[in-house]
This record gives sequence, C-alpha cells and structure tokens, in this order.
Amino acid sequence: MKTYTDTGKKDTRSGFGDGLTELGRTNPNVVALCADLVGSLKMQDFIDENPERFFQVGIAEANMMGMAAGLTIGGKIPFAGTFANFATGRVYDQIRQSIAYSGKNVKICASHSGVTLGEDGATHQILEDIGLMKMLPGMTVINTCDYNQTKAATLAIAEHDGPVYLRFGRPKVANFTPEDQKFEIGKAVHLYEGNDVTIIATGHLVWEAIEAAQKLNEKGISAEVINIHTIKPLDEAAIIKSVKKTGCVVTAEEHNFLGGLGESVARTLAENNPAPQEFVATQDTFGESGTPEQLFEKYGLNAEAILKAAEKVIKRK
Amino acid sequence: MEIKKLEDFATQVRRDILRQVHKVNSGHPGGSLGCTEFFTALYQGGIMEHKPEFNMDGKDEDLFFLSNGHISPVFYSVLARSGYFPVDELNTFRLIDSRLQGHPTTHEGLPGIRVASGSLGQGMSVALGAAQAKKLNKDSHLIFSLHGDGELQEGQNWEAIMYAAGNKVDNIIATVDLNGQQIDGSTETVLPMGNLKAKFEAFGWDVMEIEDGNDMQQVLDGLTEAKSRTGKGKPVCVLMTTVMGNGVDFMMHTHAWHGKAPNDEQLETALSQNPETLGDY
Repeated sequence: MKTYTDTGKKDTRSGFGDGLTELGRTNPNVVALCADLVGSLKMQDFIDENPERFFQVGIAEANMMGMAAGLTIGGKIPFAGTFANFATGRVYDQIRQSIAYSGKNVKICASHSGVTLGEDGATHQILEDIGLMKMLPGMTVINTCDYNQTKAATLAIAEHDGPVYLRFGRPKVANFTPEDQKFEIGKAVHLYEGNDVTIIATGHLVWEAIEAAQKLNEKGISAEVINIHTIKPLDEAAIIKSVKKTGCVVTAEEHNFLGGLGESVARTLAENNPAPQEFVATQDTFGESGTPEQLFEKYGLNAEAILKAAEKVIKRK
Repeated sequence: MEIKKLEDFATQVRRDILRQVHKVNSGHPGGSLGCTEFFTALYQGGIMEHKPEFNMDGKDEDLFFLSNGHISPVFYSVLARSGYFPVDELNTFRLIDSRLQGHPTTHEGLPGIRVASGSLGQGMSVALGAAQAKKLNKDSHLIFSLHGDGELQEGQNWEAIMYAAGNKVDNIIATVDLNGQQIDGSTETVLPMGNLKAKFEAFGWDVMEIEDGNDMQQVLDGLTEAKSRTGKGKPVCVLMTTVMGNGVDFMMHTHAWHGKAPNDEQLETALSQNPETLGDY
C-alpha cells in the first residue's frame, strides 16, 4: 500500500500566508485586506513587501467585503482574510449582493474554520460555512487539506476569474501532499485505489481518511480514498466512477452534515448512481472549547470514526 | 450645458420615471423624482467625466455608485438618455428577461451599473474599494456615490465612514439624499438620526450642504464645490436636501409614494405637470 509521509506538521493558514507572499511578488494586481487578524492569517510578509497593496479595515468585516468588491473595479484581485465565522455568516448579505450576485473577482480567505481552532469555543468555530458559501450561485468553494495544498490553492485561485471561498485552519497538521503540486480547481485527487468502499474527504479529514484506509487495509478491506479539495464545482465524474466500482461511500468533513460535502456527494449519487452513504461530520451541533484532538474525538471526526463508518456502510451494500 | 437644457432633461427623466413604474405597477417613484436633478447634474451637467461606451474597470473616468438601489428608475432613465443603452429599453423595466431589474445589477450586463445594490448600506464600502483602486492605479478621477438618509441606519455605513476618514480616502464624494422619509414614515418617527452633519464631521469627513437638491443650479454649484474639496486628505460628504416626489404635486412631502406606482388617472395628472421635452420612449 502506498505510504504518505508527513514531512513535518504545519498549519494550513501558513500555506495561505506563504502563497499570498508569493503572489505579492509575481502578480501586481493582487491586493489583500484583513479585519484585525493579520497575525492569525499569516499575512505579515505580504504586508511588509507590499504595504501599498494592503488594506487594514479594522474589526469591520462588512466594510471589508464591500471594499474588496470595489477594488475589483479597476482590475485588482482582492484577497480578503479573516476567521471563517466572520468571513461568511457575519457578512453573508455583503458577499451575496456585492460579491456573488455582482460577479466580483474576490477571494474570501477563511482561516480557523471548523472545530479545530480549539479552545476559543463555539463562538469562533463555524461548521456551517461550506453550506452557506456553496449555495451562492457562481461561488467556488475550496477546503484544503495541508500546508502544501493550501499554498498551491492560494496561487491557483488568483488565476481563476470569479469569487472564491478558500477555507483553511489553525492547527498544525500533517503536510503530505507534493510541494510542487499543480492545483486544479474542481479536480478530485485520488490518494488510494480500492474496491470495497469509497472514502471522500476534504480539509483536515483527508489525513484521517488516509490513516483509516491503512487500518482498513490491515483488516482486509480495500478502500478508495479521494481528496475533494473543491466542494463546488464538485468533481462529480470522479465520484460517480468510484462509487460505481465500490458500491458505497463515506464522506468526511469538519462541518455540519447538513449543507456540507456529504450532502453534495449524496445529491450527485442520488441523481446518477444511488448508493449507501455514511456521513462523518458534525451532527447539527455547535462546537465547544477543547484541544483539536479532543474535539475531533468527541465529535467523531477522526480516523477511527471514518473506519467505523466504512465498516458500517459496507454492510449496507 | 445651459440650465434650461438641464432642467428640460430632468423633466423628461421625471416622465420616464413615472411611465416606468406605472407600466408595471411597481417600483419606487418618490426617491427617484427627488434625485432627478442630482443624476442630471452628474451625467449631463459636466460634474462627472464618464464614458457611455461602458467598461467595468472604469479607468480614466469618474465612477458613480448608487447605494440606495431602489431608485433605479431615475438611474436607468439618465443612463439611457446619456447613451449607455437604448432609451426604448426603459419599456422593459421590471419585466421578465429584462436587463432593467427592479434593483440595479451587473448580473444582466446593463451598461453603467458596476455593482448590484438594493440591500441597503453596502454602497459606500464598494465605492471606497473603487476609490482605493483608483489611487493604486494612479488614476486621479473621482468616485461619486449616493445614499438614502434612512439607509444610514445600516451599521455598515459607519464602518465605511470611519475607514474613509481614518485612511484619508479623499477621492470620494458621498452624497446623502436628505428627503426625511423612509418606508414606514418620516426618518424622525422611524429612527431619529440626530445631526448627520455633526456625525460625519466627528468621523473626520469634510461635510457640505446643498440646501435645495431640486434646484439645478444649486446642485451644480454644490457638486462643483465638492469636487474642489477632494484631494485634501478628507473624504467629502454632501448632505443634499430634496423633496421626495418632487415635480408631482400630489407625491411631494410624503412617504406614501416611496414604493407605489400611480394609476392611469394619477399618471395623466403627473405627466401633465411634466411636459414632454426630449421625446417619450
């Protein structure tokens, strides 16, 4: 079985920050905005190198989203960064009218998504943002799994003309995808080929899915693992093809099971190739304070939970 | 352009507003009529340097953002009669498959519109972003925006107002339409906003007033003065007093016509008070 090596734990937000720094050097149209979270979003290097292209708006996310929309008029490519909670729910109508409906080329860059920001608790943990953003017509929704992929995605979305929601996080997690990867928006990444069950994971749950597949392999179960970094547009062809082969699917995401990746996969399969599905996701609940590991365990978001879901869904075939 | 010609233009725009909302029995004539002189001055009176051969990026021209998007009838009429799109298209206002949506949008590709508006309170932020882009592009042209007075009850405005002064965004002229009315009644009864001049000044803006925003000469002089105040380290606010429903006697001084269309008889009366000048569409 193929092994994936963690080259050293890193946070996905640093992948964003380093990607933004690179964009600052290579693309003069890229500008950045932040609502008083420069350190958390790792934006300082970009700011040091391009002070005139950075806009500190203060604790005023609504104004930030509107300004980002306005900056596109004149050819700028704004990257607006804050926590996922404040980048979506707090400013939904600003994103809806001034960015999505207006077709503005704004990149909404959301750190500290899901429960793994940890101790700050539920006021800062959002588990509904994928749903909010994927429902907006024209919005691309991306949730990256590690440092390298987040950096690659940050570079890729600058080349994409249209609004993008880029979701990443706070904790240091395994960094295992290739450093030189080409990030293709809307293209699934196959991590394991398998025949008994398809595991479709996004974000921090991808590494957990790899670990789950290895444990399943030890039990004689062959799992196909797909990293879906782009939830919208969804790589439906890859999903249908895999589930036609395996006959069942587990979806895994750090998000509510309502409105997340799992529901997008379920809709795709219901239309094209109905199959038993188990959802590794939060069960319509808010988060709480704790360490990322504790929260993953309590809310059923780790390799163990994926393994159990796989065994269960195979029995439902 | 001489004043008489601008006034004639405005009279035709009033007819367009009334006929647009009458045809579909919906839309917002009150605020539209009140801002007719303002739009005419911007697009016809030489206040804005603008290009009817529309380009979204708007480089090397002045840009206008309408934040209170519900007064789309006046915006559409003035854009059409300024060459942005065929005047006949005003016939499609609020109809299915039209580019002239109830509230302005870029979604259908209507020339002259640079952002969707209608959900209130968002326009100043967008205008500020466009103003900052102008500075980055070393483009010395100006950003104009219009806001309803009731609209200032939305908190996002005050985020933007604070940002603009704090960051010396001095290439923007934000005009507030002080007609004192909103859907549920006068602004004084719905939510009194106190002294807006003092509030803008306290936030660090350069504030000036146009006492009669329905007097073409006053609007021209006021906006010319506002332009002369740009580039001096402060954003410029113009508090422009208008009469909602101006030009149609039974629509004036009331919120009743904020979002209500005239019937056949009322239209006839209203049009008789605004005789055709440039030709109806």
